[in-house]
Amino acid sequence: MADPAEKIEEKKAIPSDDNIVDEGLEKGAAALTEDKIASVINQVIDEETGARLKVYVDTCIHCGLCSEACHYYVSHDKDPQYSPVGKIKQTIWPMLKKKGRVSPEFIKKASQIASTQCNVCKRCAMYCPFGIDIAYMISIVRRICHKLGVTPLYLQDTANSHSVTMNQMWVKEDEWIDTLQWQEEDAREEIPSLRIPLEKEGADIMYSVIAPEPKFLAGLIYQAGIIMNTAGINWTMPATPGWDNSDMAMYSGDNEIMGRLKKSHFETAARLKVKKIVMGECGHAFRSVYDVGNRWLGWKMPPVEVVHAIEFYYDILKAGKIKIKKKYEKPVTLHDPCNVVRGRGLHEKARYVVNAICENFIEMHPNREHNYCCAAGGGVINCGPPFKMTRMTGNRVKADQIRTTGASVVISPCHNCHSGLEDIVHHYELGTEVKFISDILYEVMEKPE
Amino acid sequence: MNLTKNWDWETARKTIPFKEWNEKFEWVEEPYVSPDGEEIAAIVNTGEAEFNICANGNLWETTYEKIWHLRYLADNRLAAIVNEDGEWTVSVNDTPWENRFDYVWQPMFTDDGQHIAVAIQSGMEYGMALDDKPWETLYANMSNATLSPDGKQTAASVQIDDFNEGEIFKFEKGVFSAAVNGNAWDNKFVNVWQSAFNQDGSKVAAEVRLSRTEYAIAVNGINWGKTYDAVWEPLFNPKTGSVIAPVLRKGSWTLAEDGNILWSNRYKQVWHQTFSPDGSRIAAIVAPSFGKWTIAVDDKPWQATINDLIWGIVFSPDSRRIAATTKEGDNWSVIADGSVWTHTFDMVGTPVFSPDSKHIAVKVEKNKKHTITINDRVWSEEFDAIWDPVFNDTGDKVMLRTIENGTYCRRVMPVDELLR
Amino acid sequence: MNTLYQFVAGPLLWIAFALFIGGSLYKVINLILLTQKKEAYLFCFLSWKWSLRSILHWLTPFGPRNMKLHPAMTVVTFIFHICLLLTPVFLLSHLILLEESINISWWALPDQVADIMTLLIIGACIFFLVRRINSPEVRYVTSASDFVLLAIVAAPFVTGFWAYHQWAGYQPAMILHIVTGEIMLVAIPFTRLSHMLFAVFTRAYIGSEFGGVRHAKDW
Repeated sequence: MADPAEKIEEKKAIPSDDNIVDEGLEKGAAALTEDKIASVINQVIDEETGARLKVYVDTCIHCGLCSEACHYYVSHDKDPQYSPVGKIKQTIWPMLKKKGRVSPEFIKKASQIASTQCNVCKRCAMYCPFGIDIAYMISIVRRICHKLGVTPLYLQDTANSHSVTMNQMWVKEDEWIDTLQWQEEDAREEIPSLRIPLEKEGADIMYSVIAPEPKFLAGLIYQAGIIMNTAGINWTMPATPGWDNSDMAMYSGDNEIMGRLKKSHFETAARLKVKKIVMGECGHAFRSVYDVGNRWLGWKMPPVEVVHAIEFYYDILKAGKIKIKKKYEKPVTLHDPCNVVRGRGLHEKARYVVNAICENFIEMHPNREHNYCCAAGGGVINCGPPFKMTRMTGNRVKADQIRTTGASVVISPCHNCHSGLEDIVHHYELGTEVKFISDILYEVMEKPE
Repeated sequence: MNLTKNWDWETARKTIPFKEWNEKFEWVEEPYVSPDGEEIAAIVNTGEAEFNICANGNLWETTYEKIWHLRYLADNRLAAIVNEDGEWTVSVNDTPWENRFDYVWQPMFTDDGQHIAVAIQSGMEYGMALDDKPWETLYANMSNATLSPDGKQTAASVQIDDFNEGEIFKFEKGVFSAAVNGNAWDNKFVNVWQSAFNQDGSKVAAEVRLSRTEYAIAVNGINWGKTYDAVWEPLFNPKTGSVIAPVLRKGSWTLAEDGNILWSNRYKQVWHQTFSPDGSRIAAIVAPSFGKWTIAVDDKPWQATINDLIWGIVFSPDSRRIAATTKEGDNWSVIADGSVWTHTFDMVGTPVFSPDSKHIAVKVEKNKKHTITINDRVWSEEFDAIWDPVFNDTGDKVMLRTIENGTYCRRVMPVDELLR
Repeated sequence: MNTLYQFVAGPLLWIAFALFIGGSLYKVINLILLTQKKEAYLFCFLSWKWSLRSILHWLTPFGPRNMKLHPAMTVVTFIFHICLLLTPVFLLSHLILLEESINISWWALPDQVADIMTLLIIGACIFFLVRRINSPEVRYVTSASDFVLLAIVAAPFVTGFWAYHQWAGYQPAMILHIVTGEIMLVAIPFTRLSHMLFAVFTRAYIGSEFGGVRHAKDW
């Protein structure tokens, strides 16, 4: 039995988000003056926002009904600082009220709140009676902080990588191609004539991934190779920048780099004359190509259709292009990633796929559009080690959700969710395995002899 | 430069068996055909980790552990990136370059096929090689490789100073520059992206970033002195030598010339500015309003707009006509001289003008079948594959390179017959 | 007293209505024009179908999940808003004044019903007040202006109730009733009470994004 005093000690030991030191925030804020802050805030408000922000601020009746939507709020025992409107109160309201005249210290705090205590998952937009898009307002805060040079270091470094390499992880041009060729060679052990066709103009599909795949999850490219070849897809992958669909610049508020990335991605597809882009199991990248980055460039919808892996697996399973040898037996549950469920309505297709490949699927509650965010998305996990505990303490509710299912595997068809859930599973000692759909699909599918 | 003149424009039909290759090799990769249509070639696998190139049924003498990026040059030579004993190089018509590298990628060719440049990595250092001659100075990283139009020079963005991942403040001071023929500019920038050479190769312009939020165009390392919220790839005016680039200010795009605003209209987007061959006109792909795309010629946007995508803008040889491909939903088509063709397809190639500028031909795909469309008239014959059409120099004949029932077929057709 | 009454029930009332209608029109037109000027692209995504789907779901008691999570708030909010809109418009004494003034009238609520509805509104205001003070997540985002707004809303009903029942000092109460009613009218376009005008737009927009683009529910 634990001593009560020990328990108190334990509770005290929960790290507070207030004590986190991030070099990007510290040094960035140290270089600011109030005049500079005011001029940037007013420039962003005047030139980059319009009636929408004004109406959102004027319409909010301060009812607090958005609170329950937020996993940070729920996980912090309903600490109002973590409610969606609570975060707006600490960021955009004073900026507007004081006409931009806020202190560097305020900006530092605002940047931390906007970048690490909100995943811009938009769950709160479903809880606000007026449908106020609070995540949009948080994005404006991030945009202001970006322009002021006050962005968490790791997130900024990722945006820098995007700017230089057009990918998220400083993967050099040759490393990318080399990795594809290496995976192709490895996969030939299994299917001798397997190909990962590079630069094949006129293929039906361009397959795009995010940089963590070539960087340290190359097995996923291997699996994609097996799935594509087995299903008989006429596909290609680019051997130029533009292969990475990810976009942390979207989350750091660097819209110009975001636009550059999306231009590069879509133009690569146009150059290769493919009919569609199929993307791996990533959520934020989908958001970036689907209704954020494309819009910044002037496209109402993606100029080349982008099919998320969930939908792609659904299509090939439904068409019988992939046959299942024997369904996966361990009990599984499914985490609905915000950006492709609340962002694209793929929840039923995800369930079709999971049921097609798994014997025993247990729903997590709440689910579909109402599922809790992983707390990793929205650029938060990309803010790096300093903020890991922010994600852990901020998402106890996710651990509870997973634990209650009793499943031994949680399927997460999104990279950020996947990494975030692995941290949560570990931190809360859930003992659950975290898998992508493709991990299981690869395991249970019939492969050509 | 008249490459097509000496080609065979008389023989109506020549065929080369292709399907049979599948029986001879473990597998045959996607084929490429020579510009003159006389050859078809593909990378073939001849055994475990054994690759070769088969052209018109004949293998190269050398077998490689790996071959990729097979392409025909404009002069009908065949080039590929090959790997032997773990080292990479370029091989042209089965003759490898003397230099070997740890990696080779992004081959670029001149329009006459006489020069080849590639990106190279040796000992984890990066640079370019032009016609088997690598840069003397290599860099910690390199991207945006460019080859000058005359094929005599290369340029790329390079990393000048070392910095570690996470060193965001060092990064923001600027550690990148452009290197021309391996020699870096004196000035450093936060970012350097795509560069362009002028006609005589004496100048290089590049899109650069000066700080998190300030963008400019730099010419030979000196920036315009004016900054923008964003810029896209610059281009030299072939006639006057001025630099033209799309620039963004206060949420609107327009074209700027040598740092001064050139176009008075403001657009939601402007990119891919292109000069007419005589240098007198500029066309660009523009979005006059959100979600509406068209082409603007000298700042006058066409009336017809497209919702999804306009791509591959081409001027006619006489500088008077413009064509590009369009996409609306799943339907691809062509927009030419302000109007969209009536026929739509699952995919279309880049429009090709006849030398007399009268005709526009384009390869098209519908329901997995391929054919040719000239001036919005779809030819009735269908093929399993087709390459871009080629006009003869008088513009009355067109060469079609197709695959029909597994046989490669080179046809020469009178244009009139296709228009009938 | 009579002169004062004549003034507040006469010119001041017209001014208040003018400000309410004019201000509301100004605010809504300004919203549309400003959006057209600076964020015209948002109109590309607006759709009647998805706007109505969202609005109707949120007009259905206990339709959205969040309403189920807050049953008391849901019940009180619906009663409050329904009574708030109906009572002044269908109150017999208001209609008599209207008929005397511009000779227009329509069906009226029985006085007793209106009386109960007024009490419900006052009760709801008390509920909101208590919630604002007692619930940490509401208190955290509460400023003085929130209490003022609540007072502006409650005042015409408290004074109206008082005047109707002719309690002590009901004559000044009547004047107060008219004045506070006028204040509320004017406050609608110019304070956060403007959610009465804007809610339909914010819902339409998020409903269109969720329905038409995101293919997801927003309730």
